[in-house]
Amino acid sequence: MNRVFFLGPQRFRPTLVATLDRIGVEGTVAAITAGWQEREQEVGELQDHIHRELINLRLYERAEEVFAEDAELRDAVHERQQWLREEQSLYRRRLAHTLNAAREVMTLDGRDRFVREHRQAAIRAVRTLDRQHLTRVRRIHAEFEERMKPSRRPAVAAQREQLQEVIGAASAVAIAGGHVAVLLNRLRLFGFAQLLADRVVVAWSAGAMALTGRVILFHDRPPQGAGDAEVLDAGLGLVDGIIALPHARRRLDLDDPVRVALMARRFSPDLPALLDVGSEFVYDGSWRPGESARKLSRRGGVVEFKHS
Amino acid sequence: MSSVLDRFLDQTPGGETIDAFLSGRTFPILEGDRVTFVFRGRADAVNLRHWIFGLPSSQPFERVDGTDLWRLTLDLPECSRVEYKIEHIEGENRQWLMDPLNDRVAHDPFGANSVCYGRGYKTPPWVLPDEEARPGAMEQFRVISKVYRDRREIGVYLPARYRKRRRYPLLVVHDGHDYLRFADLRRVLDNLIHRLEIPPMIVALTTSPDRLTEYGADPRQADFLADELIPAMNARYPLIDRPEARMLMGASFGAVAALSAAWLRQGVYGGLLLQSGSFAFSDIGKHGRGPALDPVARFVNAFREDPGHPCDKVFVSCGIYESLIYENRSLVPVLQGAQMELRYVEARDGHNWENWRDRLREALSWLSPGPLWMVYE
Repeated sequence: MNRVFFLGPQRFRPTLVATLDRIGVEGTVAAITAGWQEREQEVGELQDHIHRELINLRLYERAEEVFAEDAELRDAVHERQQWLREEQSLYRRRLAHTLNAAREVMTLDGRDRFVREHRQAAIRAVRTLDRQHLTRVRRIHAEFEERMKPSRRPAVAAQREQLQEVIGAASAVAIAGGHVAVLLNRLRLFGFAQLLADRVVVAWSAGAMALTGRVILFHDRPPQGAGDAEVLDAGLGLVDGIIALPHARRRLDLDDPVRVALMARRFSPDLPALLDVGSEFVYDGSWRPGESARKLSRRGGVVEFKHS
Repeated sequence: MSSVLDRFLDQTPGGETIDAFLSGRTFPILEGDRVTFVFRGRADAVNLRHWIFGLPSSQPFERVDGTDLWRLTLDLPECSRVEYKIEHIEGENRQWLMDPLNDRVAHDPFGANSVCYGRGYKTPPWVLPDEEARPGAMEQFRVISKVYRDRREIGVYLPARYRKRRRYPLLVVHDGHDYLRFADLRRVLDNLIHRLEIPPMIVALTTSPDRLTEYGADPRQADFLADELIPAMNARYPLIDRPEARMLMGASFGAVAALSAAWLRQGVYGGLLLQSGSFAFSDIGKHGRGPALDPVARFVNAFREDPGHPCDKVFVSCGIYESLIYENRSLVPVLQGAQMELRYVEARDGHNWENWRDRLREALSWLSPGPLWMVYE
């Protein structure tokens, strides 16, 4: 069984080393920083922080090497990404209307049966749309896997063999944040759902998002648009039952009970976990609170997450 | 309803109580949508000098009987921001002063003005220092210009965590050094990039020794940018060398320069940011804005006749307290007709740098959206 730790952002108050110390990780830590893209190699601060040997798995660079070697796969990945973008764009158009309706009904006064039923129906409509989108996204991935069988292609298989060896020798895998789609695509390309099985994994920000069953993009106050949280993709699914919300205090309007309640109910029964600075959530078959573990409540506030 | 000042004056105050009233209070006095300017001192007359188009540019204060206190109350709509000075007249002496009771000051190339905020106006948070934002760096280099037959100093902003291996979009800013000094451009870029609201970008800051000529729809400026500055930038920096990753901006005459350069060299730029452009034009007869704008009016008239397709996206902003609001509003249907994606924004502000600063977030994040939705660090 996996032991997985989700942490808050690490830039200003890193807590990774405290987690590694506490859980008894003494050996090498394999690091994934592919979300940093062209800065992937700049792991100096991370290395200094953890006081342990660190091996950078270089997934961003490895993927570039694979694409340079296997043009057919590269083109197929580009085509898949194009399909995914188109699907996301169509979903987003419908989502805007469905979410607006849900927000409007949720702001209505009244606890009578009619208002309650309409509220539930409006949220159900959003959940249905999310589910349909995720089904289509999964289908795009499944068709790609079926057609290209990336794990059997020599360029991928060779990299994957090396990665398996390094990860097998490491005491833990640390996955940093960054660009969540870039990170997730690399993890998927190299089969990390299997490579991380039964490993100790510590992840933060986009790293945490990529390991869940659903990757949710969110920002309540963007400079453009309504700030409609959206399902991007199925994550690796290494852990389930959680929605990872990094930088929640900065990205969410936690003082708006309608937005908070809608977010919590929309993704229920998953735990809407606030991954702010200093927070920690622990998974060992089920989710347990670590330091400063808080979540969104269905009533529209922020509450401490307690193990049930 | 009587104002704070009226209630105070009902008590027939003397010198010491006036001192007490003035200390520890913010001036001008804002009460709802009304603002009261106050001046204290010996004078024959006191006037408010402001740049709100639509109101008389000089508004007389009224002396409070038996005191050296002067007052003027005006309506000020929500979210307004007004720059002003106080004209003090005594005998033959006539002086324009900063408001001695008001610490809020805005600077521009001509000096400084006092500033009055209407209800609801707040300096945007992304303008203020943010200790979490990584600072970009500034460089300077020189372009030897055959077009202008001289040397041009170009300021360059490089974003935080700049890497030569990466490719960046380019923003070219007319009056770039004034944008740095008076519109906090460097800090705004640092903050918007840190917030992921715009992508890390390289910014070229140009300055003209004769802007009324060169920025006044002078074809040499279009040539200088397209044939000299952009190639020089491409040679020095890792830029995405495509029109959609290249933007041009400016305010006032700088906006004229930006639009005319994009019009004369279509296909070079992907986005334009035009702030309070001096887009003088005439449907018949004279444009009425003086001879300096004759070349501008010739250009705008030609543009209105045949706008072509200068770029794909254009953001236009103007203050409703500037006389140029007429010209800018008139430009909107022309730009819409040119099959460009257009965003047009008005603000209750005047022809000044802080108005232009306050629009930068909306404008730049629309022209060049950052990776906000995708990056979680």
